[in-house]
Amino acid sequence: MAVVALDEHYADKIEIRDRVENFHGNIVVYLHWEEHLSFCSAVAFPFPPAMPFGALVKDILPATYGAHPDFAAIDWDAVRWTVDGRETAPDPARSLAENGVGHKSLLRFRTPGLHGYRGTRS
Amino acid sequence: MNAINKLGLKQRYALLTNGLDWEPSYQPKSAIFPYAEFEGIKIRDWSKWEDPFRLTMDSYWKYQAEKERKLYAVLDSFAQNNGQTGLSNARYVNAAKLFLTGITPAEYQAHRGFAHVGRHIPGVGPRIAAQMQSLDELRHAQTQIHTLSHYNRFFDGFHEFSHMHDRVWYLSVPKSFFDDARTAGPFEYFIAIGFAFEYVLTNLLFVPFMSGAAYNGDLATVTFGFSAQSDESRHMTLGIEVIKFLLEQHPDNLPIVQKWVDKWFWRGHRVLGLVAMMMDYMLPKKIMSWREAWDIYFTQAGGALFADLARYGLRPPKYADVATAEAEHLSHQNWSVFYQYTQAAAFHTWLPTPGEMDWLSEKYPNSFDQHYRPRFEMWAEMERDGKRFYNNALPQLCTVCQIPMAYTEPGDPTTICFRHSEHKGDRYHFCSDGCKDIFDGEPEKYSQSWLPVHQIFQGNCGGASMEEVLAWYRLNPGADNMDQAGSPDQAMWDQWMRMRDRVAG
Repeated sequence: MAVVALDEHYADKIEIRDRVENFHGNIVVYLHWEEHLSFCSAVAFPFPPAMPFGALVKDILPATYGAHPDFAAIDWDAVRWTVDGRETAPDPARSLAENGVGHKSLLRFRTPGLHGYRGTRS
Repeated sequence: MNAINKLGLKQRYALLTNGLDWEPSYQPKSAIFPYAEFEGIKIRDWSKWEDPFRLTMDSYWKYQAEKERKLYAVLDSFAQNNGQTGLSNARYVNAAKLFLTGITPAEYQAHRGFAHVGRHIPGVGPRIAAQMQSLDELRHAQTQIHTLSHYNRFFDGFHEFSHMHDRVWYLSVPKSFFDDARTAGPFEYFIAIGFAFEYVLTNLLFVPFMSGAAYNGDLATVTFGFSAQSDESRHMTLGIEVIKFLLEQHPDNLPIVQKWVDKWFWRGHRVLGLVAMMMDYMLPKKIMSWREAWDIYFTQAGGALFADLARYGLRPPKYADVATAEAEHLSHQNWSVFYQYTQAAAFHTWLPTPGEMDWLSEKYPNSFDQHYRPRFEMWAEMERDGKRFYNNALPQLCTVCQIPMAYTEPGDPTTICFRHSEHKGDRYHFCSDGCKDIFDGEPEKYSQSWLPVHQIFQGNCGGASMEEVLAWYRLNPGADNMDQAGSPDQAMWDQWMRMRDRVAG
């Protein structure tokens, strides 16, 4: 669709503020724990793309979600992941990039058997 | 001078408008009104504009001056009588903080926007009306600041309202709303603010805040409300006249206007989520629920309005049904955001009391007990165990409305609604189909979004730590933020109440 603008060169002059180059070598990654909506939304992090996926699980998730009573009960082998809507089984030893995680990727994980506080998805 | 005095109102209005307009002779009209055509709106005959007010400058000044005198007399008396001690509860003040930081700067933005429209619309009648509305909006910003400045003498969180409006993460929601409107062309601005916001949605902003003030002993803010009321009805009339005029002038205008109505209804609905949460959670004495207000002011009043506009081919805004269904969930989801990010809010938060939860159950029989009561009970348990729940990470924001992506799928309140679009190789995320449509309609515009969370990551907000970002917001940690219980505001209030009890014997 044509841009509706006074300046016909508008599209060439814009500044895309969330370009990956603006994040000092990091990519923005969003994480979301399904069925645990006491965490009000997905959360955002700037991560180096070379960070191993395992570090995200070992260091980031506990600091982010550890306050929830369900967290300690997670069976990590059973966790199901999607990256940008694709079902995936991430390799913890490989990097985020190698696991298909790009700039502004959304990672959603589901923890079978855990349905939030008293099963209410909270 | 006597000759002028003898002119009737109608003649004076004619002199003010058509008398001040002229046909240019040595410049083309397009050079004088450069913004008039690029949006694609076609006007065949500006003289067909029927001005609904015929307000002249001298009568405008006279009315406004009279209202100012009354307002400032009440403000003086409120201050002299320590009106702040007559509030229903110290919690109420947080609604006033939200108003001053979120709404008042938006009044100023509305002033700037209408000043622009008041310069650039080729028709002299709507141009003059926009100039008067511009002055109204400036007066509203100023009188709101004066009204609420009294609270700044006692309570935290008021001191840097305009600085905060430009920087604090959740205030980017109303700020980006007006930035969006003001960077549009003059006709879109007129439809966005004059029609969609002032006509369709304004009752959902002003009635809750002003009735909330009345119910909770805030006589100062109520008086401001009265002082603005006649302006608001004039703004509404202007909004409806403008949309009818555009639709009557040329059939090609209909699809353009419809797209704006769809867009600005959804943008406005998202901003008003702050009001929803204020009504259901922040007012100690409730007026009505958000759900009830939505039913009265949007479903019923808006239904009648769009039935009337159907003769021009205009249909009700797209996703109005989604917004109506969301009314069951909006306030609960928004308050949950602020509860868990209380550390970064410039007002205080709390969990609803058991009595308030019962009120919410009654008002929201289809959603509260099933989805939100358990959430609040879980957090209450955690508070009792000394483990008050905080979200330690920053939220994912919607690229368009800039609100944390906390809203759930239409029809499924247990799943977050995620939408995205690709544009020039980058991915953009949205909270709803409404916001995604807006982006897809103008990706060049919204790919420029200044998203507070991403800006923190880029190092543009004072630093990487919470302390540095709050300092950049000029938010005083331990005073402006965190829970109401334990705040300096609450301690001062408790002391006032003890003193009052002692005096009462």
